[in-house]
Amino acid sequence: MSENFEPNVVAFLCNWCSYAGADLAGTSRTEYPPNLNVIRVMCSGRVNPMFVVNALQQGADGILISGCHPGDCHYMEGNFFARRRFALMKELLDFVGVDQRRFNMSWVSASEGAKWKDVVGKVVHSLKEAGPFEEFPRNKIDW
Amino acid sequence: MNSKPKIGVYVCHCGINISKTVDVDELTAYAANRPYVRVARNYSYMCSDPGQLLIREDIKKHGLNRIVVASCSPRMHELTFRKTLAEAGLNPYYLEMANIREHCSWVHKGKKEATAKAKKLVSAALAKVRYLEPLYEKEVTVEPATLIIGAGIAGIQAALDIANAGFKVYLVEKTPSVGGRMSQLDKTFPTLDCSACILTPKMVDVASHPNIVLMAYSQVENISGYVGNFQVQVRKKARFVSVDKCTGCGNCAEECRLAGRIPSEFNMGIGNRSAIYLPFPQAVPAKYTIDPAECLFLTRGKCGKSPKCVEACPAGAIDFEQKDEIVEFKAGTIIVATGFDVFDAARKPEYGYSDYDNVLTGLEMERLISSSGPTGGKIVLGKGDGEYVPKDIAFIKCVGSRDKSTGNEYCSRVCCMYTAKLAHLVKDKIPEANVRIYYMDVRAFGKGFEEFYDRVRREGVRYIRGNPSEIFKRNGKLVIKVEDTLTSRPLEDEVDMVVLGVGLEPRKDAREIIDLLRLSQSTDGFYLEAHPKLAPVDTATEGVFLAGCSQGPKDIPDTVAQAKGAASSALVLLASGKVKVQAQISQVNEKTCRGCGYCIEICPYTAIDLVTVNKMGHQVSVAQVNEALCKGCGACSAGCLSGSIQQRSFRDNQILPQIAALGGKS
Repeated sequence: MSENFEPNVVAFLCNWCSYAGADLAGTSRTEYPPNLNVIRVMCSGRVNPMFVVNALQQGADGILISGCHPGDCHYMEGNFFARRRFALMKELLDFVGVDQRRFNMSWVSASEGAKWKDVVGKVVHSLKEAGPFEEFPRNKIDW
Repeated sequence: MNSKPKIGVYVCHCGINISKTVDVDELTAYAANRPYVRVARNYSYMCSDPGQLLIREDIKKHGLNRIVVASCSPRMHELTFRKTLAEAGLNPYYLEMANIREHCSWVHKGKKEATAKAKKLVSAALAKVRYLEPLYEKEVTVEPATLIIGAGIAGIQAALDIANAGFKVYLVEKTPSVGGRMSQLDKTFPTLDCSACILTPKMVDVASHPNIVLMAYSQVENISGYVGNFQVQVRKKARFVSVDKCTGCGNCAEECRLAGRIPSEFNMGIGNRSAIYLPFPQAVPAKYTIDPAECLFLTRGKCGKSPKCVEACPAGAIDFEQKDEIVEFKAGTIIVATGFDVFDAARKPEYGYSDYDNVLTGLEMERLISSSGPTGGKIVLGKGDGEYVPKDIAFIKCVGSRDKSTGNEYCSRVCCMYTAKLAHLVKDKIPEANVRIYYMDVRAFGKGFEEFYDRVRREGVRYIRGNPSEIFKRNGKLVIKVEDTLTSRPLEDEVDMVVLGVGLEPRKDAREIIDLLRLSQSTDGFYLEAHPKLAPVDTATEGVFLAGCSQGPKDIPDTVAQAKGAASSALVLLASGKVKVQAQISQVNEKTCRGCGYCIEICPYTAIDLVTVNKMGHQVSVAQVNEALCKGCGACSAGCLSGSIQQRSFRDNQILPQIAALGGKS
């Protein structure tokens, strides 16, 4: 893969913690790579696993889902759903032959602007290593 | 409105905040060429009056039916622009914002990259806005009552303001008396007002106010519902004393077999109390309480032949059969005023707080110096015959504040002034005492603070800049090891007494309120306000407000000011009597729902039920959303196996086009 590959990351951020944390990163003028674009949802529990598959199909090289810290969900338990769903989803992606580095999850609270920068940095870095996503591999599954 | 989308795109310069890094002209030209876009403009401040007018006029002139605003975070101005749409006669939910400031221009440097990203964000907003639907906000009535948790000076002030405005207040206090931390103080800086003299009249007012229901020695057990309609459950703990019969005479406490043997919480363990006690003489309500953890009769089932308090009580108020009582009521708004804990000085072992009797915390010194305290205001060390008056007294500031090793990076804001005040009071009571204060900085920022600091120095209190490294004992004296950083001299200072200027920390049980009300914490552990500048008393949970030190360290004037702010914010809702509820809630498509009930298991608010409907002559079950209970998290939408339950404004068919736009293949 080329040295200057710039991955395209689609991120799903919950409105109350991670989106606010990313806003704070902006307000504090924290610089981070521009590879990541955010879709705002009200809760990380809203993110349907289908969105992840869809994003990869539509040209994304990687995904980030970020919510409130476990136990701090604005909707009480939405991030627990997200955590369980995507623990499974990650295994499934591995099973069908997708590099697990393409799927990322984080907990960023509304006061963690600096952590948001770290998360973005890490995700972009690991995706640069993973390289561009071509397509879901076929015939890889050995039934 | 089923007509074709006619989209208007409005790109904001935000002064130069956006235009400095994003080429707004290029972005506007890009937007103008996207499908269904009729108008694309940019303007220096879209949120300003002329900016909004631009949108309103375009809506009328071009018949726009969808609006995209590319500017700051929707958390900032989504409501502003929704109003703009509504004023132009368009449904306010036909708006989508592209966050090209917080998520783009402020975090990226290169103009090329930032402009490219802004284009993507705008194209994602354009992809979604086409599929938005009109939504209508419902109004619910607001229960004309406020729950206030915590009856320190913040809770008391907020309660009085709301009650005086004519609304009901439920004031819940965990301890047996109202008054909080302020009641423990002797004098207040910088005016040296007697703390009790200015506080106790307010304490009496809350107890006697016809609009205030005071629940002392009570704890909030459960809160459900939503803004305007909170259902509250409060546990009134058993006092084992009939509140109606107790006259507060105090005979019971004198007779108690444990009299003078239990450390008094109010006196920070310096004085002792009985198992049946009044926390302090001016306590409100002036009713005695039996400590169930200490009382011999309650812990062992036996107290001599019969409990002495029962014999002593002339009113027959003691009732060991009393049980906790659960009280339920409705409240429209909630104010959290739970206060702070002082830093546990044992966490700085180098200062010897756990090892030496003569190392005290600021709050302990406050009780020692107070005329209502255990020594009647005499500053004495030692016990009994060994009692003596200290001559050399040192204060150490920033103990547990501005200190990464304790995890508290923040300034506690009160220690500079309370150490100055205590130093003044020491000089007042022991004029010949040598008083010095070890400090990192003196932050005398408030009204009259600098003047007071100056006065204390003129009274002969020495300020020595240096952060002591150790305190140890030598020849019966305490030795402070420190470097005077102004003269670069190492010192070993021998003193009789050390007072640690301990900082303020979040309550140890802060978590309980977080779980009850879904509050957030800032990095320092205090409750997080909705916006640090523009919504300092609001929280992310609508209808819940913060007052006092639960939100962060504050002195009394700031606490009272914030309490009044919280009260007025609560009154806005109470006085208007109605509030709009979330419109972006879930909706079931009955045609495809197969009634599996999976969403019911997921919903955290039990807002979904199965109902029976007639589908082509068959009685079948389908899910139905209770619109008053749904908070719009969308967890059900992600879980639904057939995609039949969808969150409005965040439907699959509204998010998938966004993904496609960001993916960039189509």
